[in-house]
Amino acid sequence: MDISNDTLLDLHHRMVRIRLFEEEAGKLQESGKVPGALHLYVGEEAVAAGVMSHLSAEDQITSTHRGHGHLVAKGGDLRKMYAELYGRSTGYCKGKGGSMHISDLDLGMLGANGIVGAGPPIAIGAAFSNKYRGTDRVTICFFGDGASNEGTFHEAANMAALFKLPVVFVCENNGFGEFTSQARHQAIKDVADRAAGYGMPGIITDGMDVLAVYEAAGEAIARARRGAGPSLLECKTYRFFDHVGVRGMGVVYREDAEVLEWRKRDPITLFESRLEEMGLLTTEAAAQVRERILFEIREAIAFAEASPFPAEGALMEDIYTVRGAAR
Amino acid sequence: MPEMRMRDALREALREEMLRDETVFLMGEDIGAYGGSYAVTKGLLEEFGEERVKDTPIAESGIVGVGIGAAMAGLRPMVELMTINFSFLALDQIVNSAAKLYHMSNGQINVPMVVRMASGGGSQLAATHSHSLEGLYAHFPGLKVVCPSSPADAKGLLKRAFRDDNTVIFIEHTANYGLKGDVPDDPDFLIEFGQANVLREGSDVTLVGYSGSVHQATRAAVMLQEQEGISAEVIDLRTLRPLDIDTVIRSVQKTNRAVIVEDDWKFGGFAGELSAQIMERAFDWLDAPVARVCGKDVPMPYNRNLEFAALPSEEDVVEAVLAMF
Repeated sequence: MDISNDTLLDLHHRMVRIRLFEEEAGKLQESGKVPGALHLYVGEEAVAAGVMSHLSAEDQITSTHRGHGHLVAKGGDLRKMYAELYGRSTGYCKGKGGSMHISDLDLGMLGANGIVGAGPPIAIGAAFSNKYRGTDRVTICFFGDGASNEGTFHEAANMAALFKLPVVFVCENNGFGEFTSQARHQAIKDVADRAAGYGMPGIITDGMDVLAVYEAAGEAIARARRGAGPSLLECKTYRFFDHVGVRGMGVVYREDAEVLEWRKRDPITLFESRLEEMGLLTTEAAAQVRERILFEIREAIAFAEASPFPAEGALMEDIYTVRGAAR
Repeated sequence: MPEMRMRDALREALREEMLRDETVFLMGEDIGAYGGSYAVTKGLLEEFGEERVKDTPIAESGIVGVGIGAAMAGLRPMVELMTINFSFLALDQIVNSAAKLYHMSNGQINVPMVVRMASGGGSQLAATHSHSLEGLYAHFPGLKVVCPSSPADAKGLLKRAFRDDNTVIFIEHTANYGLKGDVPDDPDFLIEFGQANVLREGSDVTLVGYSGSVHQATRAAVMLQEQEGISAEVIDLRTLRPLDIDTVIRSVQKTNRAVIVEDDWKFGGFAGELSAQIMERAFDWLDAPVARVCGKDVPMPYNRNLEFAALPSEEDVVEAVLAMF
């Protein structure tokens, strides 16, 4: 694989940025500072980093309820993200969307989504627009093993292949649809099997190995960009935390031993060892990366906490747009 | 001004908007090679090509979701869902995404999409193909709901829908597709939303309808005049959201009586909303309680006689009016 040292370090940086953002968000929620439901991405960082590394701001993604990692990896503004979690007026959505509905159109982030399976058709629509307008943009549709049982996923997969659209379905198979294990919610082990039913390639990759994700995503994205149609990339990964919130251990729906087994393959630790072997990273340098990101995070949290809630007058704003109403 | 049927007026609106704006494209079930279940899109595939007139799989939720994504990414989709009864399959996309995204995203994302669907009974297609559910969509903030009753209105309102940057649910009554009327051929002919149309002036009672029920109301008004000497004013709402309640209130303040006519179910329906708004704003002018003449609260039966009994008729309207005097 041809990959520059800068890209390798960038992949590492993106993963650590996600990890620290999520760990701090989890602490804020546990301390009662951040309300609502947080679906944290810890353990799955290699997927977002490996995919997003191939994209520009012009390329779009549709995200999921577990969407912080996608936006962080796409270059999201941490201040606006924390402010959104705090429900403040300076958040991405003025605090009206919250964790499950963050979007950033300027970065091509078409939205986290509180409805499991609602994203795939929207991704197909964006891809349709890209093809219609003759651009070479691609759209990435993130979804989970749970969403692969929703009708909308199947409807979208069929249309993507039928219309030969520039889209990549990236399945983050973390083994659970909410609190129900994959073995209890579908009879297959590989979601990639479903691609064949729609006439597109289905590829399986190790979602804990950022280089494996990077390579597989690169091929699928290149295929989409050259007009050869969609593909489905399944990344086998694992949610270290709970479906919602932090805990994740000592829970009724999975064994601690299983969690510990997966944690041995922590995507960041794995990649750091690799970078050290390659002579690209030292323990000290990795610590410095963390410190720099933590500094940014602490500043972002302070910004969020100092930001006001929206005025009550904001309640009835932005229900209808009047832009271009009389065109 | 040429005379044409409503289905042809709708097609003219689509054609003109596609010629005016190349971001407009059409997608839906059977709309291309077949020409549409109600022949509204007939000939458009030949004229505009495969890229702009897309036949889709039968996948309502998927189609609407694709429309939303395309609208978010710079296009102006028209999605045809065949009938409003099938739109339930797409309800999540319409409500949780199209209607909510603008507010939920702090105004970053708007969804300029037109979703067309047919409503109405009378064709013996039974309970999964025959209901009128305009009021359901009017319930959701974030959507605009348009229900034309004539060929000219159909054209002017549909063209206006493509100039709107919100999602517009455009509902066509199947009994109206064959209606004939004069239709302006000016490509800039638009009818603004939220402007009810007083179809017939009167002094004794106000009859309010939209889409199909405007016609029962109008026929009832003629019967009341000829048989009872009662002068009925008929108002066509044209759009349920935005709602032109002012025109209704002004009329009720003049006639002191109101009857709301709609095909939709009575319980929890739009007629109840309208009735409440009249009560809130014109209580002191009312000489009788507001009456509602609606569809019966039952899944639509297949039998011809029972289907007829389930739908409101002009005789039902006349009866309701007479009970007020």
